[in-house]
Amino acid sequence: MSTTNRVAQKKRRTHQTILSQEYKPIGECSTLCNCCCVSVQRSHENNAARFLWASKVASHLRISVSQRGFSSVVLKDLKYAESHEWVKTDGNKATFGITDHAQDHLGDVVYVELPDVGRSVTQGESFGAVESVKATSDINSPISGTVVEVNEGLTESPGLVNTSPYEERWIIKVELSDAGEAHKLMDSDKYSKFCEEDAKH
Amino acid sequence: MRGGSLWQLGQSMTRRLAQSDKKAVSRRCFASDADLKKTALYDFHVAHGGKMVPFAGWSMPIQYKDSIMDSTVNCRVNGSLFDVAHMCGLSLKGKDCVPFLETLVVADVAGLAPGTGSLTVFTNEKGGAIDDSVITKVTDEHIYLVVNAGCRDKDLAHIEEHMKAFKSKGGDVSWHIHDERSLLALQGPLAAPVLQHLTKEDLSKLYFGQFQILDINGSTCFLTRTGYTGEDGFEISVPSEHAVDLAKAILEKSEGKVRLTGLGARDSLRLEAGLCLYGNDMEQHISPVEAGLTWAIGKRRRAEGGFLGADVILKQLQDGPTIRRVGFFSSGPPARSHSEVHDESGNKIGEITSGGFSPNLKKNIAMGYVKSGQHKNGTKVKILVRGKPYEGNITKMPFVATKYYKPS
Repeated sequence: MSTTNRVAQKKRRTHQTILSQEYKPIGECSTLCNCCCVSVQRSHENNAARFLWASKVASHLRISVSQRGFSSVVLKDLKYAESHEWVKTDGNKATFGITDHAQDHLGDVVYVELPDVGRSVTQGESFGAVESVKATSDINSPISGTVVEVNEGLTESPGLVNTSPYEERWIIKVELSDAGEAHKLMDSDKYSKFCEEDAKH
Repeated sequence: MRGGSLWQLGQSMTRRLAQSDKKAVSRRCFASDADLKKTALYDFHVAHGGKMVPFAGWSMPIQYKDSIMDSTVNCRVNGSLFDVAHMCGLSLKGKDCVPFLETLVVADVAGLAPGTGSLTVFTNEKGGAIDDSVITKVTDEHIYLVVNAGCRDKDLAHIEEHMKAFKSKGGDVSWHIHDERSLLALQGPLAAPVLQHLTKEDLSKLYFGQFQILDINGSTCFLTRTGYTGEDGFEISVPSEHAVDLAKAILEKSEGKVRLTGLGARDSLRLEAGLCLYGNDMEQHISPVEAGLTWAIGKRRRAEGGFLGADVILKQLQDGPTIRRVGFFSSGPPARSHSEVHDESGNKIGEITSGGFSPNLKKNIAMGYVKSGQHKNGTKVKILVRGKPYEGNITKMPFVATKYYKPS
């Protein structure tokens, strides 16, 4: 086993220990686990699922640990916009959401303003908003297209934006009008570096 | 997400909390960390995972490792310890300090029993609010008061100007600004039991609004049974060199149940308690009567006046104010400051001054001003958020029942 893998495995074990520690359940909480720098949201209803997700994510993980302590989950197979949205493309269709870095800074999301199905969205322009206890932020479209589906689950449970893994945290699904626009977005490495620079301010 | 930089997002959070000095907002955007003042607990906050943000010229923790929602709920279930050392504490002394202060505030200071205090308002010539403050009459020749951090320069200049004029006419008053002390707020059901471990004085005899100078954890503290959350609790003025030790002792005695809590949760708690935030719910052009603080204007003062803007305020007491501060529930996104309030026919009747999602009630709450006549509880309204109207209704405050420690 290489040194990198040994280190990663040790970090996962320590992280598991922290997750299994008794925690007084008062609603949801976000804990920055310093030992392996994964931002994990815990819910008292779903600790087991959360633990499994963390392990699964750890294997996709592109962990970036700068001196400034930027540490969020950045998945390799997604593209990223400077305004902190992620995109998963599948031919002419794409799924959008906001990144782990964004939800961590926002805090508990209490409301998501969703666009109507059939509405067109333009790269770089706002199509909705996400509200936390203390702040409101526009959600910008990373690529242009037409909305084919919105995540209705977010109306009932806006906190999904904080707690769900990337795949469940999607906000809208879009039919792309210009798939080429994806080239203007950042890959996971560039986005991680971008966030590190951001964290320095 | 709006803006490429999440630092700007942090700034937008700060803006929502601190609009008391609009000029300071733009200064804060460009202030480097080096320009910000630090309280005695700064390193302590950082060591405990505090997320530090600029606030009124200070670097203060907006939250710690737990979320704002979690922190807010914990205050009401267990307890919270806040660093409010950025606020300005001062003492007025001299045999005329009581009549002097009465020229500047609406409270019946002379009528306060020694060792008791009250919330009051510093007024201007137009009857508007310069700041709100908790004042305490320690003795007939010593008043202790605390004013908002964002209003420090303004308030001290105002007090100093009037003090000079008062003294030039032979009045005996002087002041001391307590920059050698730090203010901590301990709030929640565990506040009294935890603090009792650290002092020999019987805290069960100290009721809401009362004040004592006593030894806590080995240092001489000014203790007021008051707060900004609606919970039972205390504000403790401790010599700054002992502030960290006191904070540590409080957290240890509570076995971790009392948590360090930041400004984010503090704002949610005070909103749930229906308390004004100066700069949002009270400003230079809003009178204490309009703000629903008529109870803070002493009975004798309502008859005699004698404070700045008394003519305007006394007239409002007689005729009724034209606008009133009320509470709101609403659906959809949380109503925020400056959202318009419309009646059911779409006519503008008022404006929201503070709002957000209540972590304890799990619904949107807000406060704002509406035209008198439209202010009754239950009145249905529409609140405009980002241009769209959402259903709401007027409700009484506090939103969460207060638990002040009063004699039964």
